[in-house]
Amino acid sequence: MTEKHHIIPVWFFVGVLFLIYGIIIFFSGLAEWSHPPATVLAELHAPVWWGALLTVLGAGYCWLFRPGRT
Amino acid sequence: MMPALALLVTDRLVQLSAVDIAIVVIYFALVLGIGFYLKRFAKTSEDFFLAGREMTAWVAGLAFVSANLGSLELLGWAGNAYQYGIMAAHWYWIGAIPAMVFLGIVMMPFYYISRTHSVPGYLKLRYGPEASGLSAITFAFMTILMSGVNMYAMAVVMEVVLGWNLHFSIIVSSLTVGVYVAAGGLFSAIFNEVLQFFLIWFGALLIPILGLIETGGWSGMVARIHQNFPGQDFTHLWGPMNHAANNPMGVQWVAIVFGLGASVSMGYWTTDFLVVQRVLSAKDVRSAKLAPIIGSFFKMAVPLIVILPGLLGRAVLPFHLMPANQVQPGQFKYDDVLPLMLARYCGPGLMGLGITALVAGFMAGMAGNVSAFATVWTYDIYRPYLRKDAPDEHYVSMGRWCTIIGLIISIGTAYLVTRSKSMMDYVQALFGFFIAPLFGTVVMGMLWKRVTRMAGFLGLLAGVVSSVTIFIMMKLDPHWVSVFCFSPLAQPLAQAMWQALWSTLTCVVVTVLVTLITQPRPDAELVGLVYSLTDVPHEDYTNVLHRPVFWAVVSLVLFAILQIIFW
Repeated sequence: MTEKHHIIPVWFFVGVLFLIYGIIIFFSGLAEWSHPPATVLAELHAPVWWGALLTVLGAGYCWLFRPGRT
Repeated sequence: MMPALALLVTDRLVQLSAVDIAIVVIYFALVLGIGFYLKRFAKTSEDFFLAGREMTAWVAGLAFVSANLGSLELLGWAGNAYQYGIMAAHWYWIGAIPAMVFLGIVMMPFYYISRTHSVPGYLKLRYGPEASGLSAITFAFMTILMSGVNMYAMAVVMEVVLGWNLHFSIIVSSLTVGVYVAAGGLFSAIFNEVLQFFLIWFGALLIPILGLIETGGWSGMVARIHQNFPGQDFTHLWGPMNHAANNPMGVQWVAIVFGLGASVSMGYWTTDFLVVQRVLSAKDVRSAKLAPIIGSFFKMAVPLIVILPGLLGRAVLPFHLMPANQVQPGQFKYDDVLPLMLARYCGPGLMGLGITALVAGFMAGMAGNVSAFATVWTYDIYRPYLRKDAPDEHYVSMGRWCTIIGLIISIGTAYLVTRSKSMMDYVQALFGFFIAPLFGTVVMGMLWKRVTRMAGFLGLLAGVVSSVTIFIMMKLDPHWVSVFCFSPLAQPLAQAMWQALWSTLTCVVVTVLVTLITQPRPDAELVGLVYSLTDVPHEDYTNVLHRPVFWAVVSLVLFAILQIIFW
């Protein structure tokens, strides 16, 4: 992204945040699998698949935009 | 339903679990860490105020659209969608897309080639210090007020939604924003706006997905709305707009097309320095032209996470939301619809993500306003009028101090936000005061070389004065609503559109009249500032896909298709 300053791309930070959030949300979804929260459509287990999506996206961004990669 | 209702009987909308709190804390830690990391790169004034002018089109484009995707907008427009229906999407489509494309293709080359640091800076080059000074002072006033609005809104939302102490929210958010913007300047603001963009999308996208599953798709949602609110049309964009009595906003298509599309929208997206500053950070002219066009595609999609949740609220919530000034204990106001929908569908983890997105949006809103304020104060007020020839480091230091002082003033102004039907009405009123007439001044200066220095200043002044006058007259005596809006039914949003249209017309008429009786500047002084005297560099593109104008056309075609689909 930056040429003059060689700053770590913002996409890497996006990846880090999503990776951490994805893992947390995925496992919290698994933990509540047998006793889902009192929300509408809780039976769809949205935290599990949404957490998995965030994890995959985050890992992809971290890999693609890791510091030092030209 | 009833699980969601169970959450509402407490004194707050939602309860955060340990997982949710961890998600919020991680966000704060990351943004502070990014701020400290970027501090080392913000050494010169161009670094601090314009992020070194080295952002790619994508980063500048996302920051550009994200600067207008704060939580104030999210909550306010979701509330407006509940109140007015899909007509609220006009503010994302005709109220944004044509103006973004116009900025990218027509105006950005002038901003960029003139190497100005700000919009008032362009006015100084084009018209001289009078118009520039007026614009800089009104903009500084507006941004700091907006920063205060963001701060106050965040504190109120956190109090209502989470039960957090009002003062705690203000102090924590101010300190965090102050640290990371003072450290990294526009670098920090842009990085956090891009983070916020992703957070908001992934924090809010589950609401329309799960909402449409619950209602059985778009047609199921429409059927439920008709069932819950028989005889009212909340799901058509243009159809009910042939007469003010046919829609809940009390607006005719003239006000939307000319007031919103040609005045407010053009003014906001092309001359509000808060958003233009993001594009000025682009690394070259092509990136600067592409950035707002890239932003236009994302802007077109935002109704999915803002307007649709408001409509779904009409369809699935088992109670009716109320205007803010009519809420009784145990009831909820329009602007609560997004947190209510979040509480309806999101349990631990996802709730933390949604709340973090809201917090990030509020803080990005504050950061955007404060960084723009620091730039305009330093470049357009402090340097020309108070200290002209200081070393560059002095202006960087001034920018950092401005950030802190701006936040302190914001805290004071936060409590100025008082009665308003909804938060966005207040914001629209501000836009109408300053932004709509400014567009008239800037665009006439760019397109007509004859416009004189005094015409620019007097046109802008007349536009602002007329805008404030019309606003006050309509507030003091509702009789004036019929006069200025051609209908007594016009709601505050519709009034703001008419007010902006009249102020733009006033600005243009005064500018033309004064131009005709005053002496123009020599052509040689206007090279690089006026369309007919500027040679915009033509770049060689390898294929059509690299041409900004191609993507501008695609954006406009998609925009037209959306109007037809939801007509």
